[in-house]
Amino acid sequence: MANKIGQSVWAFLDERFMLSKLIAFGGKKTVPEHRHSFWYFFGGICLFLTGIQVATGAMLLLYYTPHIDAAHESVQFIMGGVKFGWLIRSVHSWTANLLIGLIFVHMFSTFFLKAYRKPRELTWVTGFLLLVVFMAFGFSGYLLPWNELSYFATRVGTDIAGSLPFIGKGLKTLILGGPDVSQATLSRFFWFHVALLPLAALALIGIHVLLVQTLGMSKPIGERGKKEIPFFPDFLYKDALGWTLILVVIGVLCVFLPWEVGPKADPMAPTPLGIKPEWYFTFMFTTLKILPAHILSFEGEKLAILGFMAGGLLWMLIPFLDRRTQREERSPLVTWIGLALAAYITVMTVLTYALPKL
Amino acid sequence: MNIRPIRFIAAAALFAPLLAFGQKNSCVECHSQLEDELKAPVAAVAADVHSEYGLSCAGCHGGNPSQDDVDLAKDKSFRGAPKRSQIPVFCGGCHADAAAMRTFNPALRTDQLSQYATSRHGQLLKSGDTKAAVCTDCHGVHGIQSARFPKSMTFPWNIPQTCGRCHSDKRYMEGYTIPTDQLDDYKASAHAAALFEKKDLSAPVCNDCHGNHGAYPPSVSSVASVCRQCHPSTGELFTKSPHKKAFDELGAGECEACHGNHKILTPSTAMIGTDDKAVCVQCHEKGSRGFEAAAELRREIDGFDGGFQAAAGLLSQAKQKGVEVSDAEFKLQDVNTILVTAKNMTHGLDTAELAKTVAEGEELLAGVRAAGEKALDEARFRRRGLAVTTALLALLAIALALKIRRMGRKGALPSR
Repeated sequence: MANKIGQSVWAFLDERFMLSKLIAFGGKKTVPEHRHSFWYFFGGICLFLTGIQVATGAMLLLYYTPHIDAAHESVQFIMGGVKFGWLIRSVHSWTANLLIGLIFVHMFSTFFLKAYRKPRELTWVTGFLLLVVFMAFGFSGYLLPWNELSYFATRVGTDIAGSLPFIGKGLKTLILGGPDVSQATLSRFFWFHVALLPLAALALIGIHVLLVQTLGMSKPIGERGKKEIPFFPDFLYKDALGWTLILVVIGVLCVFLPWEVGPKADPMAPTPLGIKPEWYFTFMFTTLKILPAHILSFEGEKLAILGFMAGGLLWMLIPFLDRRTQREERSPLVTWIGLALAAYITVMTVLTYALPKL
Repeated sequence: MNIRPIRFIAAAALFAPLLAFGQKNSCVECHSQLEDELKAPVAAVAADVHSEYGLSCAGCHGGNPSQDDVDLAKDKSFRGAPKRSQIPVFCGGCHADAAAMRTFNPALRTDQLSQYATSRHGQLLKSGDTKAAVCTDCHGVHGIQSARFPKSMTFPWNIPQTCGRCHSDKRYMEGYTIPTDQLDDYKASAHAAALFEKKDLSAPVCNDCHGNHGAYPPSVSSVASVCRQCHPSTGELFTKSPHKKAFDELGAGECEACHGNHKILTPSTAMIGTDDKAVCVQCHEKGSRGFEAAAELRREIDGFDGGFQAAAGLLSQAKQKGVEVSDAEFKLQDVNTILVTAKNMTHGLDTAELAKTVAEGEELLAGVRAAGEKALDEARFRRRGLAVTTALLALLAIALALKIRRMGRKGALPSR
């Protein structure tokens, strides 16, 4: 009897969602196995961490209050008054940082394996846009606890955006909702963080994953090995091992280094010394700090921001610019450019913390 | 309406600065060509506060700066440099004249000269001692700056050094019967720490206790009034205490007897009690009522202070372990306020009142202690939870690794 009901339900769902076809597709799906296969797992880990972000973020919404008079207090209550609130918030914050770090790793591994070449150009483009979206998640989420560091880091960050030529002033006002960081800013950042950016991320992840599933994983240029493993369950088991290990890392970080609340923001207080943005923005921040005020007849800061924007655009369009890989040829120049960029980001980030008075 | 006069006044106001700018100043022209001390005023006066109000050399020294000829420039109104003994009256020519001062700065007091006459410096000068400080010793000569300007000799954090220039100079102070270690003593005091380290401009400096233009050493009877300007509650407690009458009879300076004068250190509970470091034993012999009361006060404070430190330690440990304890820390601040109050109450010598305040603090402290212990329990729970979760995840990871290994043995599929 139960079996019959089960079959009927399955038939009902199968007819509407084409489940048999999906299962058949999954059964046939394979992943190349070679000496660089390790790098494939970072995509899965990023997706897993995104899931954790959504789940913990939704839970934080139960107690967080997006108002300048209550935001800091509500986060303090989450950390001290809500059962396991400290864990949920710490997991959310630590995972956010790990996620952005791993997106960088995923992006550079994809870059060096030249996985962006035809027909996977759009997989690369959506991946790059996802990095931008997640950095925006980080920037908007940083202000939400309304603490001293986040308040002043937001001021510094939006001042940089405000120095852009032509659109700077308008862009700054648009981001802040006024001339300075205020309630309007907190409301906007909250809206960005829980409404706009999740929608953008959902759309981009949807396209990115769909492309990965339909086009499959790319093999590095010149890889002659023909080994492949089934996606279900072999690759998924390996993915699950990675997820398990990252969960242990997150657990240790949360218990031994729970994310701090910090002192409440005081707009009347002077900017504390050594204020800096979250670590993933520091390579740009330090570049702006060390550049001279004027380069030729241009303002150094404006020139650098335009440089970052142009660089980002070129980086996003690399699949279309790198003609050699399109012909399945090695492109050492592009590899060297990638290496230089990775070295630049690493050195500037390290310099921010090693030489804070730079 | 005839607007011609208004136009004229507006034009005059507009061009007046230009006229002033173009005004001749033969004092500057000549003195800038001289050497050393005759040239020095030219540069110094440019930063002088009097220049801000449009006063130049002639404003104090008289003369006619529009004349090139020295004899014509030094006309009948020329007063030259005053003798040292005449400086207070020289400056007072304007500064003691309320009508004159109103045209420059109506808010500035005009009693400096009369106050100076009552000061020790003024009295010495009057008696013919020209070593006594006059206006220029404390304010400078041609580079006088407002006391609100941080580089001014009379800005709070420069005052100890300004006074010390004479008062800590042993050779200069020879012949006077006062010590010369006040500046060193002050620098070691709690007041100096507040001023120089915390940059607290409200911390007392020399003139806050001695007066400025009317500076005079406070007498035994007035020391307590001086201290009460900033420590009124302590003074009130002392007045009500049995010490007040005893000190008056002994002729001892109230606060100064236990805390000293220039070298006032941060008070500690070690000052109270019956051991060698306690000030109480300077007067109270073993077995006396005062001796017993001192021991009782120390016991109360030490007990409460010990509890406070222990609770603070608990919160600090919990915080280090990542547990949120800001609520408890907030309550601990309330306890600290009570502790400070209790320490201050020792000036009243009322052990019953003190015990009541301490009991109130202990009640709050119990809550903080409980919160601290609960936070440490929470930290232990988190670590145990992590150990269990990690063990379970490790088991899962091993199982997955074994499964992956077994799958690997089966071999991968050939590429399609």
